[in-house]
Amino acid sequence: MTHPPYLSPAYRSTLLRAPSRPPLRLKADPDAIELTSPVFGHHEVADREADLTTQHTGEPLGERIIVSGRVLDGLGRPVRNTLVEIWQANSAGRYAHDRDRHPAPLDPNFTGAGRCLTDDEGRYRFVTVKPGAYPWRNHHNAWRPAHIHFSVFGTAFTQRLVTQMYFPGDPLFPFDPIFQSIPDAAARERLIAGFDMDTTEPEWALGYRFDVTLGRTPLEDS
Amino acid sequence: MTTPSQTVGPFFGYALPYAQGGELVPEDHPGAITVTGLVLDGAGEPVPDALLELWLGETGTRGALDRRGPGGSGFGRCPTAPDGSYRFRSARPATPYLALLVFARGLLKPVMTRVYLDDAPDPLLDSLEPAVRATLVARAETADTYVFDVRLQGDGETAFLEF
Repeated sequence: MTHPPYLSPAYRSTLLRAPSRPPLRLKADPDAIELTSPVFGHHEVADREADLTTQHTGEPLGERIIVSGRVLDGLGRPVRNTLVEIWQANSAGRYAHDRDRHPAPLDPNFTGAGRCLTDDEGRYRFVTVKPGAYPWRNHHNAWRPAHIHFSVFGTAFTQRLVTQMYFPGDPLFPFDPIFQSIPDAAARERLIAGFDMDTTEPEWALGYRFDVTLGRTPLEDS
Repeated sequence: MTTPSQTVGPFFGYALPYAQGGELVPEDHPGAITVTGLVLDGAGEPVPDALLELWLGETGTRGALDRRGPGGSGFGRCPTAPDGSYRFRSARPATPYLALLVFARGLLKPVMTRVYLDDAPDPLLDSLEPAVRATLVARAETADTYVFDVRLQGDGETAFLEF
């Protein structure tokens, strides 16, 4: 099983929010609107929105990184011109969100939100800083491994995916109930970006590679 | 190999919502409808940190994100308010229903449902027990305002769908 179950008691917020009944499986209906998806125009997203390090007057603190990859459909084909959105904590592990109470510094030069459209090969590319780990109140001494949130659209609304990209070798993986909510170890590994020398730029930034593969649609299955 | 889902978490509010995201059409759009309601958890408490996405099946003349120019969009996005409420303004869909996705802290993957505007014969609705069917049919408060609550768990739990 690739996706986590709704109910994952170690992640306490699931206890009152996980549906108690399994979803109804719809019979194949080629007219179902859920098998279509919004399309995005290049006039709707500016190129500069993919660089999270140039949104303010100065440069953010932290380790500059390049995160790139491809968005693929369930058959391994590129998803073109689709919207990829990311958001993350700053290098100190603090979100620019008014409800984040972690006593780590905000960075006036870092908001931590970006978006772009994929190209004809399904490629996306962001420039950002490596986010810090941060504490949360799920259990005693709970810390989230450093991660970047991803939101991705496919060619069907059923493929809509929100996930989190992690960094290789994080010592917090065994202790994180959100990462561990995915039952299959091989599936968990697919959320860990790879260090990528090919996209690392000399004298400038390390590259990480993270490909996103969306689920198959009923039409692709048939 | 499919990439697994993870929760949207509590801190998407400065990133995912966009200007007028819940207003798919302008106020004076002919035949515009409002779809509004609450997102509630298994204790019946409002969920103040959910994100809803509405999809009409066609992108529309304005694009999915753009709220300028004539016509309307077929996609919208709206976070819940502190009281757990959300509100969309949309064109009346060509289909009997609108597709709705809900993301939230505590949801490791989104829930998908349909907002039916009328309790009319329909292949999906007709296959359901009356109490389950009722969770998919919006209540018409006025001729153009529909109330649709999403109950994530427990009494009156909304019927969620997968394909």
